[in-house]
Amino acid sequence: MRVLEASRVAATAIAANRLRSALTILGVVIGVMSVVLLVAVGTGARNEVTAGVEDLGSNLLIVAPGSFEFGQAPSASRFTLEDVERLDRALRGRAAVSGQIVSGETIRAEGVSATSSVLGVTAGYDQVLGRVVSRGEFLNASDVATGRRVVVLGASAADGLFVDVDPIGRSVAIGGLRYRVIGVTERLGAALGVDRDAQVYIPVTAAQRLFGTRRVDTIFVRPPSADVLDAVSAEIEFVLGERFEQDEFSILTQDEILGVAGDILDTLTLVLVAIAGISLLVGGIGVSNIMLVSVSERTREIGLRKALGARTRDITLQFLVEAVALCGVGGLLGIGLGVGLAEVATRFSPLPADVTSWSVALAFGTSLTVGVVFGVFPARRAGKLDPVVALRYE
Amino acid sequence: MRAPPPVVDVVDVTRSYRLGGDKDADGAVVHALRGVTFAVQPGEFVSIVGPSGSGKSTLLHLLGALDRPSTGTVAFSGRDVEGLSDAELAVLRNREIGFVFQQFQLLARTPAWQNVALPLVYRGVAVRERRRLATEALAAVGLSHRLGHRPAQLSGGEQQRVAVARALVTEPRLLLADEPTGNLDTVTGSEVMALLRQQGAERGVALVVITHDPEVAAAASRRIRIRDGCIHGEVAA
Repeated sequence: MRVLEASRVAATAIAANRLRSALTILGVVIGVMSVVLLVAVGTGARNEVTAGVEDLGSNLLIVAPGSFEFGQAPSASRFTLEDVERLDRALRGRAAVSGQIVSGETIRAEGVSATSSVLGVTAGYDQVLGRVVSRGEFLNASDVATGRRVVVLGASAADGLFVDVDPIGRSVAIGGLRYRVIGVTERLGAALGVDRDAQVYIPVTAAQRLFGTRRVDTIFVRPPSADVLDAVSAEIEFVLGERFEQDEFSILTQDEILGVAGDILDTLTLVLVAIAGISLLVGGIGVSNIMLVSVSERTREIGLRKALGARTRDITLQFLVEAVALCGVGGLLGIGLGVGLAEVATRFSPLPADVTSWSVALAFGTSLTVGVVFGVFPARRAGKLDPVVALRYE
Repeated sequence: MRAPPPVVDVVDVTRSYRLGGDKDADGAVVHALRGVTFAVQPGEFVSIVGPSGSGKSTLLHLLGALDRPSTGTVAFSGRDVEGLSDAELAVLRNREIGFVFQQFQLLARTPAWQNVALPLVYRGVAVRERRRLATEALAAVGLSHRLGHRPAQLSGGEQQRVAVARALVTEPRLLLADEPTGNLDTVTGSEVMALLRQQGAERGVALVVITHDPEVAAAASRRIRIRDGCIHGEVAA
């Protein structure tokens, strides 16, 4: 009996038991759906991260404390403003340098309060990180040098704190101290899950007083073009090398961040797909179980077919094709559902999903494989039935 | 000129098996057949009668090439089943034997013509040709108007005639009927028997009917009575 004949018989058998067939393949449907959906979400997250990091520009160097590797806990910073100044002097004319310190603080203004990221920054931060003020002006060198209590608000922070009034010249309270608003930045949108418009900027010196520290978290260095990254990086390493050991700081480029973020996301995706794989496995066991029921239910049919000339392998093939067809249908339904849900996720959640063709192919291939693996045992059992016994079976 | 070999030649056949399966060494051994010898010639009509437990069913399985003897030989058209693989036995059943069962054994939810065409599937006949042959076979049993009907839509007599058509569609040399009238009323039963005899005679197919109905048995040209696993008498009409 050829596969075509077997498929015809399988289609009849599946159609004859529609509800049972549907319940049987549910596990496979869910498994395949999960694989497609989770890979889509993982890919979407990766795209998001990539876009966010690329937004920084290819000519930015980020100097972070400790060694920056996947699996490594972030280290406490030992950088101070002095390090920022020394880098700035060493790189004058070749790259812009700015330091940053961050803390979440509650901000109050005229009865409204909001929690937001307060960034203590050095002058020139707006140029290094690409912040543009739409009204007023950004922090200048004198603000930083004197630790003046002035603040620049992100666009949505400004909207949240001041309704229908121009915030410029008004004051906000951060950590119980008054700060005068001197500027509002243009809208930037979110990047890497951070709403950059909700941030507020104060002089790094004021921030250090406020947070009670002498440290700087991160130093940003932007040369005019990516071509000189290596030279600038070497310079940074030389300057910081006077005060720090090799493993006490790291200099990151866009590519390196993408690499590390990619590793994290790959691991996450792998774990999720493994969980989906378990669901496929359970689905396969379900298929195996129902195929066994089907074999014993159709024992007389098997006996008859054998009496009429079916060989062991004809019967085995018939049931194997049925199991594979069941799983194949389950796979297709799962792919449909997965793609559909990915679409829904993209439209209605902040989680953009991106369905990849390889995950669809993998999921479908896996579901067929599940059919073969879990169909073989029941099919062989069917094929081996003794026609004498099978024909008499009640 | 040499006579053609018997359709089936049974020589000194015994068949015993263990209760509880062959692997159960503790099971009691049942000697279902204790040395049976007879032959069925082409075109002959033989009936085999006997009470239940006499070894009738065991003999049926051997005549149907569904089983092998413990000792002795069973040969179809001169081919001994000893030494044939399971797959070769399946092919032999497909080519040489047509089965008619008491329970009809039709596939539910399957149209009559497809039931008739079923043995042709295992012969690798293309679907168009299968349909043509099945249509012919159903016409021969007077069911041209029932091609697409499912078993549930047919009367018992019609179902058994579909089964007869299925047995004949492969043009076997041996038509093996196991209590073919057992599930039918008397009138329908005689009609089916008449059909079997007529078709057997027309096609020169040997007909072996296993029955405990004396009337059915009496119609045969030769009657074999079996009891306690032995042939207990043989009568020619």
